[in-house]
Amino acid sequence: MGANIYKNKKPVFFFLIPAFTFMIIFLYYPFIQNILNSFQQIDGLGSAAKGINAPWYENYVKMVTDENMKTALFNTGWMLLATLLGQVGIAVVLAILVDNIKRGAKFFRILYFLPIVISATALGVLFNLIFLYDKGMINQFRELLGAAALIDFKDEQHGMLTLMLPVIWQYVGFYFIILITGLNNISPELYEAAAIDGASGLQRVRYISLPLLYNVICTCVVLSVTGALKVFDLPWVMFPKGMPFNSTWLTGTYMYYQAFGASNVDYSSAIAVAIVVLGVIMAKVINTVFKEKDY
Amino acid sequence: MNKYSAKKIAGNTVSYLALTIWALTTAYPLLWVILNSFKDRREIMSQSFSLPTGDLFTLDNYRLAFEKMDIFGAYINSLSVSCMVSLIVIILAGLASYALVRYEFPGRNLLQGLILAGMMFPAFSTIIPVFRMESAWGIVNTDSRFLSLFALSLPQIAGNMSFAIIVLSGYIRSLPVELEEAAYMEGCTAGQIFFKVIVPLTKPSFATVGIFSFLWSYNDLFTQTFFLRIKDHWAITRLLSELTSREGTNYGLMASTVTMVIVPVVIVYVSLQKYIIKGMTAGAVKG
Repeated sequence: MGANIYKNKKPVFFFLIPAFTFMIIFLYYPFIQNILNSFQQIDGLGSAAKGINAPWYENYVKMVTDENMKTALFNTGWMLLATLLGQVGIAVVLAILVDNIKRGAKFFRILYFLPIVISATALGVLFNLIFLYDKGMINQFRELLGAAALIDFKDEQHGMLTLMLPVIWQYVGFYFIILITGLNNISPELYEAAAIDGASGLQRVRYISLPLLYNVICTCVVLSVTGALKVFDLPWVMFPKGMPFNSTWLTGTYMYYQAFGASNVDYSSAIAVAIVVLGVIMAKVINTVFKEKDY
Repeated sequence: MNKYSAKKIAGNTVSYLALTIWALTTAYPLLWVILNSFKDRREIMSQSFSLPTGDLFTLDNYRLAFEKMDIFGAYINSLSVSCMVSLIVIILAGLASYALVRYEFPGRNLLQGLILAGMMFPAFSTIIPVFRMESAWGIVNTDSRFLSLFALSLPQIAGNMSFAIIVLSGYIRSLPVELEEAAYMEGCTAGQIFFKVIVPLTKPSFATVGIFSFLWSYNDLFTQTFFLRIKDHWAITRLLSELTSREGTNYGLMASTVTMVIVPVVIVYVSLQKYIIKGMTAGAVKG
């Protein structure tokens, strides 16, 4: 007996067909269609292609010469770096601290994760109020401290920073939770043994927690980089259409603008392809740089 | 010994201090906007740190919000789409995970690879063909609210499927197969085993997946901007983004609307946080 139960394979198809039908129609097929679209001329969102572009790779040439696309790639690069260092960095520190305290760990866990469940659109509006020039929370606070001049956090000079801070802020908790789960999986006996040998708290973190957390940190790095490429809602609410003066485009917002605002549907598809390619390359690069280690 | 414990106390104090600072950074902006939603817009600009008591307190922002737009309608739209998405995702992903975990058949590894790949596709890379396909079917840009919401839910269901299958497979794999064998001996068919044995045992994991599909669908502005074009069809996130571009300078109205979007989510989160946090890590570490 035993294995007989799953010998009859007929039910498999009934179990699998509904889910995969959905995924084929709304995920895999559109994904491939989107790559094909990027070589064709399409003028409206719902309209059919008018034929192949001349030359067929026209959109990709355009992308290389497009100033806004350059800005978008450059800003996305900054966003990658900021989320990598900001989110994962802060999360590692917080996770190690929470792991070492006795009371209140649960409270911090619940609170730190909270921003992730709130819609980025709402947070965008919220941070618009906080960074308001005349006078949001920050400028009022600076005034209380005696600063004379107001800072325009949305000008060209401060724009990207104002954009990155809320994105970092929102997702620290996400990596924090992943890391704290990793820390909980470390056997307490290791720490006890180290304590008997006279290791200080910092030494335990340096020689036990961090090395054993290495693979989890790698996962976080990959997630934060691929996540940074997908950011859309918050930038679109805070800095619509690359304001001010096309200085805050990201690849995602620029793709959306080309599809909706400029009706350049095929060019927009090409940008979407570039986003995917960029994501795959980044994931590969990170996986080679941070090779998984066995401890 | 004395020196050791003094050092420990100092370390603990620093830890709690750092953790409290980040806790305040997380909580204060949310609290700030909630408090300020009860003040006149001029006061928000000048005394945003004081509590809305006495003369400062006003409900005008909320009155204005309800006058200007149909918030309840938008809530109903959001809830219907997100409930439909999470329900269908749970059922279909549950069935697929069960088959993928328990049956051995040719092509199983290929399917599992496809599911992992599905998690890598950003919405950007599928939305335009999906939109064109659905407009060929005649279900987008119509006057029918039902059709618009239906059109919106389809790509969201597909987008959440990979995550759901990965989390549920992990959970079903950890269940002891003996229970299923016992049911089989009693004469249950595969379908009966799924609904009478697997589903009851997998409930906590179903809850996690359901909550996440719900939240992602509820918060997904990108897909909503494509499929919800008419005012009556707007879901709550779409309404908020539209409001910002039209009334972005009415700060009191902004504060009250943001509060109305945030508060229900916070309440749901706090009451269900057990499932949410568990599910997030299961999906992320495995994915």
